[in-house]
Amino acid sequence: MRHLIQPTDFSLDELDSLFALAEIIMNNKMDFIEACKGKIMASLFFEPSTRTKFSFDAAMLRLGGGVIGFSDPSTTSAQKGESLADTARMIASYADIIVTRSPREGAPLLMAKNSTVPVINAGDGVHHHPTQTLADMMTIKHLKNRFSNLVFGFCGDLKFGRTVHSLFEALSRYEGNRFVFISPSELMFPEHLIAGAQNGSQVSHSVSLEGSINQLDILYMTRVQKERFVSEEEYLRLKDFFILDERKMAMAKKDMAVMHPLPRTNELSTEVDSDPRSAYFLQAELGMYVRMALILKLFEWNEASEGKSI
Amino acid sequence: MIKVAEIKDGIVIDHICEGKGYKIFSQLGLDKLDCVAVLLRNVTSVKMGKKDLIKVETLEKIDLTVLGLIDPGVTINYIVDSKNIKKEKLQLPAKVDGILECKNPRCVCATEKIDIVSFNLADKEKGTYSCEFCGSITSL
Ligand SMILES: [Zn+2]
Repeated sequence: MRHLIQPTDFSLDELDSLFALAEIIMNNKMDFIEACKGKIMASLFFEPSTRTKFSFDAAMLRLGGGVIGFSDPSTTSAQKGESLADTARMIASYADIIVTRSPREGAPLLMAKNSTVPVINAGDGVHHHPTQTLADMMTIKHLKNRFSNLVFGFCGDLKFGRTVHSLFEALSRYEGNRFVFISPSELMFPEHLIAGAQNGSQVSHSVSLEGSINQLDILYMTRVQKERFVSEEEYLRLKDFFILDERKMAMAKKDMAVMHPLPRTNELSTEVDSDPRSAYFLQAELGMYVRMALILKLFEWNEASEGKSI
Repeated sequence: MIKVAEIKDGIVIDHICEGKGYKIFSQLGLDKLDCVAVLLRNVTSVKMGKKDLIKVETLEKIDLTVLGLIDPGVTINYIVDSKNIKKEKLQLPAKVDGILECKNPRCVCATEKIDIVSFNLADKEKGTYSCEFCGSITSL
């Protein structure tokens, strides 16, 4: 049984076919309105995340399928002490696919081990959030039509930012990329993740957005949270180095794309929204199409392997 | 010194760190075998000062994967017909089922009852393993 538990679960070829399908769906929405007719997606959110839940629910509804589930764990039998393994077994007998989010690291894998239908990890604590990575990659593919020979700038809190860790890992599977990590020295990208990078990815660190923005093909902004700094003064002193506004955008390439996982705080000035290079709302939209493609691909791959075993 | 007879067919696990012999003995399940199995503790060793030693008289295959994890420094001698036919140094197993413990309080294995948690070798030099569920690093 194929699941999506972590971003590297799919091969590069599988990712290509996934993004290609997402692009087709986006351009031919009406062709897919019955693609999942008669199928049910269970969306089990043991931790609230309105945005991710809506994106998945909308994806399934646009494919003509149905959605059951909850977004508040206090309403479920998990409260009555049912084990996650039993919950997975039971839900798998009602639904055709499971989407789950949990504050517990590894919970989606545990469900997958006990489920007879595909499980998609919609976020497990600070561990993985693979469909965010797929949405990010889809945006890069859509805008640049490749994942290699690009210069990526990651800006903000790079120490605790799960999103950028996963995206870096995913992109370092491709050749000839350069990564510029723009962060305060307190929030630098973890060394052990850089050490694991493959394919001759080049990496450099920078302490200011202004000093490095002109080299970038993609600028990936992340939230800089006040709590991560030692003091209020430190935060105020450093935050401007990592805020993107039109003045800094003027120094960037004409075709640089600005990405952000949203929601934003003040690191991304609203004046950038009208700049044609801003891609973060597109990123959210593409996230839904890539989730549609993911649901279809998981059904396709699992049906294919069932066929083989007969 | 106590004399323990040389074995004819079996395995001698030598150079066990002092004190780890009992753990290895029980992890390998030697206490459950019908054959002759002896554990010698605090044996004088030129190299190690003191060491533990295990001798098992059996032709059955014993799964020694776990040894590399508990004490990677041991030497395994395979004895056939009273001759030492093979000396083997150990390697860390690529995957370990159970034995290790995930120490991450946010891991699903901290709250759910999971019979056996698997760990994958993360760093050969350091002998560290990562939890299959949360990826956090642990060692014995
Ligand atoms: Zn764990």
